[in-house]
Amino acid sequence: MIEMQDVYMTYPNGVVALNGVNVTIEQGEFVYIVGPSGAGKSTFTKMLFRETVPTDGTVQVNNKDLIKLKWKEVPYFRRNIGVVYQDFRLLPKLTVYENIAFALEVIEETPKNIRKRVMSVLDQVGLKNKARFIPDELSGGEQQRVAIARAMVNRPALLIADEPTGNLDPDTSWEIMSILEEINASGTTILMATHSKEIVNTVKKRVIAMEDGRIVRDEHRGEYGYEI
Amino acid sequence: MKFNTVKRHFKEGARNTWRNGWMTVASVGAVTTTLILVGVFLVLMLNLNHIAGELEKDVQIKALVEITAEEIDVDQIEEEISGISGVQSIEFLTKEEELENLMESMGDQGQAWGLYEQDNPLNDAFVVKATDPLETERIANEIEQIDSIYRVNYGQEYVDSLFKFNEYARNIGLALIISLVFTAIFLISNTIKITILARKKEIGIMKLVGATNNFIRWPFFVEGMLLGVFGSLLPIAVILVGYYFLTQNLDILQQFDFVTILPFYPFAIQVSALIIGIGATIGVWGSLMSVRKFLKV
Repeated sequence: MIEMQDVYMTYPNGVVALNGVNVTIEQGEFVYIVGPSGAGKSTFTKMLFRETVPTDGTVQVNNKDLIKLKWKEVPYFRRNIGVVYQDFRLLPKLTVYENIAFALEVIEETPKNIRKRVMSVLDQVGLKNKARFIPDELSGGEQQRVAIARAMVNRPALLIADEPTGNLDPDTSWEIMSILEEINASGTTILMATHSKEIVNTVKKRVIAMEDGRIVRDEHRGEYGYEI
Repeated sequence: MKFNTVKRHFKEGARNTWRNGWMTVASVGAVTTTLILVGVFLVLMLNLNHIAGELEKDVQIKALVEITAEEIDVDQIEEEISGISGVQSIEFLTKEEELENLMESMGDQGQAWGLYEQDNPLNDAFVVKATDPLETERIANEIEQIDSIYRVNYGQEYVDSLFKFNEYARNIGLALIISLVFTAIFLISNTIKITILARKKEIGIMKLVGATNNFIRWPFFVEGMLLGVFGSLLPIAVILVGYYFLTQNLDILQQFDFVTILPFYPFAIQVSALIIGIGATIGVWGSLMSVRKFLKV
């Protein structure tokens, strides 16, 4: 599913974000990426949907070599990857339904399929009754569920979540976690960068810890391992 | 592209145009101002061009034949002139015809010239027209080289300055129009850039969920086109109404029948179509220019 070999990444301003990363993640895994701020977690996740390209090394996602991937192929590659952010990134003027349908419209899905799939994914995250609401009328947890629904509506093989619970209170965080676990149970690989000790230590999964652009720890059913 | 997608792009483009409110007004205003100026210049320039063309068509070379020349020489001269490249037509006038023309052109006073009918002081002449009026000078010079040609006359001073004036007027008009168009493109791309900043997030999400760059570009294409077309409505009205009144009133004033302006139909319609075309181009170009930056990465 994901394979990185000797990946180095230096930004134009000289900051070394990744300093020799080697990792293999199999289809269907649930992986936490932990580590202090500035350890390279964001760069690591961005590299997986080709928001950034490494300065050296090889990255393979979904059997695609991202170094060789042509600029024109990037959009098509991204359709197989869902991304969820801490700040939800919903379009404020569109309804919940429209926000999710948007992801299908841009890949030119037929209106009939759009309706069917949006309703089914809304059902999955438990927001079927809020389809006509706009994001501002929803709670943070509900907005994040909309974002997850949007990421999942393409039925991607990989879901990348960058601190999905970062803006949410603990109760809501558990709600999001249970949705993510459900998605994972249906075979989708999930990669989640997080700062939440409680979540990592409670919902036991593989933990990859990063520091100074390197992977310093990689354990199955691991612990968060940091005090904050 | 699927029909639904095309529909979506147009809906989206129209909605953004509406949603951008004052920014749309500003862009349309920029196009309107530019196009009014462009339109007035176009009308002036094309008419000037037309008048110049008419005048140029009247330019002819008169080659006077030596008085001593025999009839055989005349045939030979005609042959030589027709051998010169760029000659469109040759007409031979005997000195009797010349005198008649002269008397006619002077009306009553011309009768006085009747005295000369017995002893005509004029020369036989060839009237030559150039296919391209701008070649008149070269052809005249070549004709002058022919033996038995006494003198060549094509209104040198007057023709040269007419050609020069036309050329300057054309170049300056064209330069003005082009610079106006580019100013408008720049203005529009700047206004749209401001509205795009607000849509940066939207574009980011579109890229995230796998929209191609072309897909993202299309609504902007539509929006630019709408801005351009809206911006050309007022200029077109100004030109249609203005030109209509001009043609109506000039008909009354038309004492100088050597100056004719282009008729309202189809000229004003053609200019209007051109204005819409320029407007749409300005809008689309400006819009796509400003979205380009946001599509990188």
